[in-house]
Amino acid sequence: MAKTVAEINQKIKQGKAVVLTAEEMIAYVEKNGKSKAAAEVDVVTTGTFGPMCSSSIYINIGHTRPRMKLSGTAYLNEVPAYCGLAAVDLILGATSLPDDDPRNKKHPGEFMYGGGHVIQELAAGQDIHLSASAYGTDCYPRKKLESKINISTINEAVLFNQRNAYQNYNVAVNTSEKTIYTYLGTIKPKLGNANYCSAGQLSPLLNDPLYKTMGIGTRIFLGGGEGYIAWQGTQHNPLADRNNRDLPTEGAGTLAVIGDLKQMYPEWLVGVSLYGYGVSLAVGIGVPIPILNEEMAWYTAVKDEDIVAPIVDYSDAYPKRKSGILGHVSYAELKSGNIKLMGKKIPTASLSSYSKAVEIAETLKLWIQKKRFFLSEPVKPLPGPKSGISIKSLKESK
Amino acid sequence: MISKRIVLKFPNTMVDQPIVYNLSKLFNLEFNILKASVTPREEGLLVLGLKGRERDFQKGLEYLKRKGVTVQPLSQDIVRNEDKCTHCGVCVSICPSNALTVDGATRKIIFTNENCIACELCVPACPPRAMEIHY
Repeated sequence: MAKTVAEINQKIKQGKAVVLTAEEMIAYVEKNGKSKAAAEVDVVTTGTFGPMCSSSIYINIGHTRPRMKLSGTAYLNEVPAYCGLAAVDLILGATSLPDDDPRNKKHPGEFMYGGGHVIQELAAGQDIHLSASAYGTDCYPRKKLESKINISTINEAVLFNQRNAYQNYNVAVNTSEKTIYTYLGTIKPKLGNANYCSAGQLSPLLNDPLYKTMGIGTRIFLGGGEGYIAWQGTQHNPLADRNNRDLPTEGAGTLAVIGDLKQMYPEWLVGVSLYGYGVSLAVGIGVPIPILNEEMAWYTAVKDEDIVAPIVDYSDAYPKRKSGILGHVSYAELKSGNIKLMGKKIPTASLSSYSKAVEIAETLKLWIQKKRFFLSEPVKPLPGPKSGISIKSLKESK
Repeated sequence: MISKRIVLKFPNTMVDQPIVYNLSKLFNLEFNILKASVTPREEGLLVLGLKGRERDFQKGLEYLKRKGVTVQPLSQDIVRNEDKCTHCGVCVSICPSNALTVDGATRKIIFTNENCIACELCVPACPPRAMEIHY
């Protein structure tokens, strides 16, 4: 019998809701079947924790005396932030780097500090040094500002991530003769290793492959606090190839998420340095999935063996944007520590922390069981395969 | 027989002396150089695997100390900052000596200090920079 989100919330309120993590749901459905699972399980919790570059914060620092309209670029701990907004609003992106960072001048660059690290320190309650300038106007005369700011004293600090929680992702290999340094880590030559980045069977969008329960307004675990799905993420591609379980066999759906940074924690928003590539922010996200019917019970029983990822050569096909996937491999194979490709046994490594993903799914489960987290009905579903939305490449013109 | 890995630091005035040769020649110790860094006018650093009889090993260490060489066990070398590690596992395929492995059950990353040869490859490869060099 089908359930509604309102009915599930009622059960949560009564302390009667049955909540399982996406990992626990696998064994439950295998043992009891999807009909019984749909009748008895109310919510399945998911989780993922990995570097997600399209992450940012916007903050309002409060007005100065005399007033000032920040102009051009402001600096937070020497990391450039965008202030092409109203007077004292700023946006800081996770991959922003200090002007004097040597980048890849000496390759591979170390990228010790950037936007992601500032976001983590701000969330941790550390003072951040703000340096800003302005051209001065009649109503905003001040031209210089040097001050410490702290999350507890500024007006708003909002995490707003334009593309997170990618539904499946490439496995990076390197067929060339030299080591390459990518956003998927250091990839050794001659198929020396294969790096992947997904929580697989625990990943939010792989447990609801056609976005039947997730949409704008879905309440989620974000950075250790509560957040919401704001929109589909950039590069959302519902038209990606899918297998017989509706699971995409390549990167597909994405989420844009938003939440109050003031109630998030630095252990779930971690600034990361990707050797030879740049800086980023590792974000913890967990989405609760209401088990409304048998279909959702079946979808959430997805396991690593069912999900395959494309193997892509990051020394050639990826940078040149050439087609040519070297093969597909399941997350079960990736997690075994080795995959086989072109007759070679290749060691694997993950950029996404599975143990953290488990912790997120467990935390969300506990929140629901303790009646401190309720599900929300999406205002509008995320665009699915019938929406006509698909990913495009840039058509260059002069 | 004992086998240990040690870190030797020697002052810039000593970089021209055949320290390792003497360890082998005078004390019959088998050596394996894991890492060496000698910069003119700066102190030299040598990471050695040493193997030999207990008595010879102690004599070898005394010789080094007499010469003014600082000796530390390698175990103090690469340290994982437990507060920073997110257990992603990207270090696992970078580590050449199986010092970094995945626990199959918990998917947490295990750092086995005894297997570490202090090559430092994991240090910049770690995204949250949890692997630290402590000399």
